[in-house]
Amino acid sequence: MKDLLQVKGLRTYFFTDSGVVKAVDGISYTVKRGETFGLVGESGCGKSVSALSILRLIPSPPGKIVSGEILFEGKDLLKISEEEIRDIRGNQIAMVFQEPMTSLNPVLTIGVQIGEVLELHRGYDRKEARSEVIKLLRMVGIPDPERRIDDYPHQFSGGMRQRVMIAMALSCNPKLLIADEPTTAVDVTIQAQLLEIIKELTSTSETSVILITHNLGVVARHVNRMAVMYAGRIVEMGPSIKIYAHPKHPYTMGLLASVPRLDQPRRERLLPIEGQPPDLSQLPDGCSFSPRCSYRMERCLKDPPELREVEEEHFIACWAEGIKVEKPR
Amino acid sequence: MENEILLKVNHLRKIFPITKGIIRQKKVAEIKAVEDVSFFIRRGETLGLVGESGCGKTTLGRCLLQLIRPDSGEVFFESINLCELDPEALRSFRQKMQMIFQDPFDSLDPRMTAEEIVAEPLRVHTKMKGKERKQKVRDLLETVGLDPSMADRYPHEFSGGQRQRLGIARALSIRPKFIVCDEPISALDVSIQAQIINLLEDLQKEFDLTYLFIAHDLSVVRHLSHRVAVMYLGKIIEIASRDDLYQNAKHPYTIALLSAVPIPDPLIEATRKRIILKGEPPSPIEIPPGCNFHPRCPMAIDLCQREIPTLKEIGKDHWVACHLS
Repeated sequence: MKDLLQVKGLRTYFFTDSGVVKAVDGISYTVKRGETFGLVGESGCGKSVSALSILRLIPSPPGKIVSGEILFEGKDLLKISEEEIRDIRGNQIAMVFQEPMTSLNPVLTIGVQIGEVLELHRGYDRKEARSEVIKLLRMVGIPDPERRIDDYPHQFSGGMRQRVMIAMALSCNPKLLIADEPTTAVDVTIQAQLLEIIKELTSTSETSVILITHNLGVVARHVNRMAVMYAGRIVEMGPSIKIYAHPKHPYTMGLLASVPRLDQPRRERLLPIEGQPPDLSQLPDGCSFSPRCSYRMERCLKDPPELREVEEEHFIACWAEGIKVEKPR
Repeated sequence: MENEILLKVNHLRKIFPITKGIIRQKKVAEIKAVEDVSFFIRRGETLGLVGESGCGKTTLGRCLLQLIRPDSGEVFFESINLCELDPEALRSFRQKMQMIFQDPFDSLDPRMTAEEIVAEPLRVHTKMKGKERKQKVRDLLETVGLDPSMADRYPHEFSGGQRQRLGIARALSIRPKFIVCDEPISALDVSIQAQIINLLEDLQKEFDLTYLFIAHDLSVVRHLSHRVAVMYLGKIIEIASRDDLYQNAKHPYTIALLSAVPIPDPLIEATRKRIILKGEPPSPIEIPPGCNFHPRCPMAIDLCQREIPTLKEIGKDHWVACHLS
């Protein structure tokens, strides 16, 4: 079996006082063994919620996984017991979060924090765990790990803390690593370092990665296949090479056209996507992107489009056919 | 573009002391946030200021407006040294200089309506009242692309992009000549960023504005700026006209920064060479001797560990602080 993870028709809603927020509204994708899969979209598009749903980390209430299946090596993670999922978390599926300061415990040394994972999942004793932690810290490029292992999180810089997170996530050799905006909180030069580390360490161990980001540039370098999300749904999915070269959904086209690029001559004017991101508790009836879409047709206002294959392995959720790939507008 | 110089900065310095103890505060260390910085901005141009977090770019921006009083150095705005002005005299100067902040959530008072937010500078700095002020606020909202009927709403009823438009309307209200834009788009969604960039450009043309545009996104800075300054640990290490800097960067740090910018194209990225810098920016408390970049510099020589390089002109309008150029 080539697919490590299959997400089928996942819906995660939040039931709030001001209405039902459909954060993830029926998404399906697969992650193959050893590949890096990108989940791209703007804030509030549901990319993080969909990842948290995989590990059943949605705060409930108000959140709830309403329907869908999440098959990890064929086993539905939504059906297994709390005990079983706890054994998978951090062990077979690990996660790196955006903000390393809030995801590390400030009163424990990092040696204790990473060691805990190893003792829990691997059955190591203190001493074994300690030497393994030193090895891990060296692997992620923390200088002088024998000394640093007894430091507390606040004694590390942002980039170093994120390395610690990566070390912790990879400590049990997970089959799947979910990296949720791992480089958003750090500087450009450190971003490059961190992504190279993730790439290097996961390619040697055949770990699959879900890389969640809003930065189209990050995805381009590190991702084999990707899905673009908008308002809780996947609007375009396929091999990243195809999507970057020939985006087919008006939203993806708009996103790619709106960012200034260093490799191209400077344009006099940027081409923004007009309008505002939608309010997830008050989505329009038809396609959620329709209010901002320059190719809008009558049909878009009534029927939400389903994901369909337009080319081999390249899917879009859009009613419009054969849109010119050039500049939208 | 050989316009006159609107703002000139000479040897600006700002040091923050780190103290220990509660009653008898003892200085134990200091952070050199801005260290001997000199540059100028011409009227009507945008100077981009880039650098990593903690390099002092925000402190520098605030020192220009005297929101933080610098320890030494001069800031000439229209030939008047702002550092020598007393708070009263400064107040009238503030009309000419405004700031747009990074976070459109923290920089707007949640208990004020959009109208009150935009009208506040008018209330403080002008004699405008009642109907006239109301009309002016409505005009401003329209100028920044907001519907004037939203004037009675509170900040939380606006999206991030709309809030940033409010912040821009507030800054524009008293017709400043110079605006410090401190990372105005980094907190916004990708699809909204281009809208705000276009707005800033339109306003610059319409009102003849001069910008200091502080950012860490080098592609955005290239798009907006006429000239670009690169900062590292409190110092400007390279400053040049836009095309010169992006095509002909000389300082190893600038070159590394440029190579780290991801490009949204997998085919280009697959073959692109990246300079991955060693280590991290050192803490501004313990600045290395000599050139402060030498511990991370791939090209450092012995001299770099001993002597601090000064900014020298190596071409027209192109200044670099590096022993190797």
